[in-house]
Amino acid sequence: MSNLKKILTRIGLVAVIIFFAFPFVWLVSSSVKTVAETLSIPPTLVPENFQWNNFVSAWNSGPFLQFLINSILVTFGVLVLQVITVVPAAYAFARYEFTGKKILWAITLITLMIPLQLIFLPVFLQLSSWGILDSLWGLILPFASGAFGIFMLRQTFMQVPNEILDAARLDKASELKIVWKIMMPLSKPTIITMLLFTFISRWNDYFWPLVMTTTENARTLPVGVAMLRTSETGVDWNIVMAANVILVIPILIVYFFAQKRIIQAFTYTGVK
Amino acid sequence: MRKHQITPYIFIAPAILVFSVFYIYPLMYMGYLSFHSWNFISVEKPFVGLDNYIRIFSDPIFYETVWNTLKYAFFTVALIVIIAIPLAIWLNQKGRIFTAAQGAVFSPHIISLVSVSMIWMWIMDVDYGLLNWIVSLFGVKSVGWLTNPNVAMYSLIFVSVWKSLGYYTLIIIAALQSIPKDLYEAAAIDKASKWRVFSKITFPMLTPTIFFISIIALINSIQVFETIDIMTGGGPINSTTTLVYYIYEEGFNNFHLGTASAAGMVLLFILMLLTILYFKVLSNRVHYQ
Repeated sequence: MSNLKKILTRIGLVAVIIFFAFPFVWLVSSSVKTVAETLSIPPTLVPENFQWNNFVSAWNSGPFLQFLINSILVTFGVLVLQVITVVPAAYAFARYEFTGKKILWAITLITLMIPLQLIFLPVFLQLSSWGILDSLWGLILPFASGAFGIFMLRQTFMQVPNEILDAARLDKASELKIVWKIMMPLSKPTIITMLLFTFISRWNDYFWPLVMTTTENARTLPVGVAMLRTSETGVDWNIVMAANVILVIPILIVYFFAQKRIIQAFTYTGVK
Repeated sequence: MRKHQITPYIFIAPAILVFSVFYIYPLMYMGYLSFHSWNFISVEKPFVGLDNYIRIFSDPIFYETVWNTLKYAFFTVALIVIIAIPLAIWLNQKGRIFTAAQGAVFSPHIISLVSVSMIWMWIMDVDYGLLNWIVSLFGVKSVGWLTNPNVAMYSLIFVSVWKSLGYYTLIIIAALQSIPKDLYEAAAIDKASKWRVFSKITFPMLTPTIFFISIIALINSIQVFETIDIMTGGGPINSTTTLVYYIYEEGFNNFHLGTASAAGMVLLFILMLLTILYFKVLSNRVHYQ
């Protein structure tokens, strides 16, 4: 009885894994087929001849080098700016009493609740009036700080014992030095969590670069890849899947090495 | 507390600047635009009172849009809650294969929605998609998963459940692990049945989390855009047009910035109600732990 149960559990687990992982297998399998083989019935799982050239074709089907550079610049630009703006703000909210603190905290919390899907239109108009529409600035600046990061880090900073800070202040350490040399190292897990979360959501983002760009100049990889689905000559699914493999692989590699941290980063609380 | 009272303002200024310029001000500007008529090009933005609101509320497509959004949100949230709870309880065990299953279930969540949408678009292709081939093995004629107006919405719901189920499942697993062990030990001493343990311990202890994920899932699904833009473009015949997609179309394709903003204010109202609920639950949840 318990043996049968064990086997059934195993089968169930394998089924669950297949259900969630198989589409990725299908993605990779389709990406190395010929066009003819993608259209064959019955479909094949392992391609007859691996068409590694598909990745070259996908890469050359648009200015993908530009898209990749844009993606990297946007993602890392946001990460750097977030560290610069989020860490000191979280410290001030956690460790200072000052006039207007309540109002400034309220602004932060309100920001936390405003999804970009709600305000993209007025932001678009604003960026356009500044003349930075269709530029990387339009993709970086709105994310230059993060209310969620401030919220998370503030809680971590509040747990640092006062004695450590007092000792540093007796040594005449500047406030900025306290933030960088004491608070940051003590809060490393929270900061890594925040950065992983930001990295993945910026790298994957489709909505914002789609809305804020009008030409290929500032488009990022997800937008470039998504454009391949519409073509006058019909969609070559092998090429489209090859482009998606290029988009997915970096994230899957990061996931493989930092699975625990990533899951923690996302399930910390409900903000997507 | 500290004497250099200028320091906190300097520390907070950059963040508040970003929030004011890119979140708070645009929100107010959207409210302003919703009472004005503008096509993006003209110099004048005449005040039109409630005209934009009257116009969207007399537009049958807008009602269809709101209905689609609610339908999408309802089914997505219901399926997630119904599946995630038993899945989490089942996967919350020690052992390599359970860890692997948790990792697999979560993996779609970190993949770009672009790739998720395009993979499923290919699998759901009418003529050459894998899904129609599988269905044909059971003698069913090919289904227009994304091209049949009666089916397309459910295909999108399926894809979003597939993508985000792991996220919610792992939140529940984290909640399960924080339930005090002695409750289960006490139940074991009393020789309580499995169902009794679930209905008297596990479920009540999970209620705040279940409520919490329902609201997040609801807030997230009401803002759906990417899957729709990529997989169906709002079609066939508007059957998958949702609120954000409507705002996008009104603003960027029809240049009706006033009505688009009014629709945005409707979305804001819905989200505000849900957010108030969210914070109520959040405070309860913190209390629970």
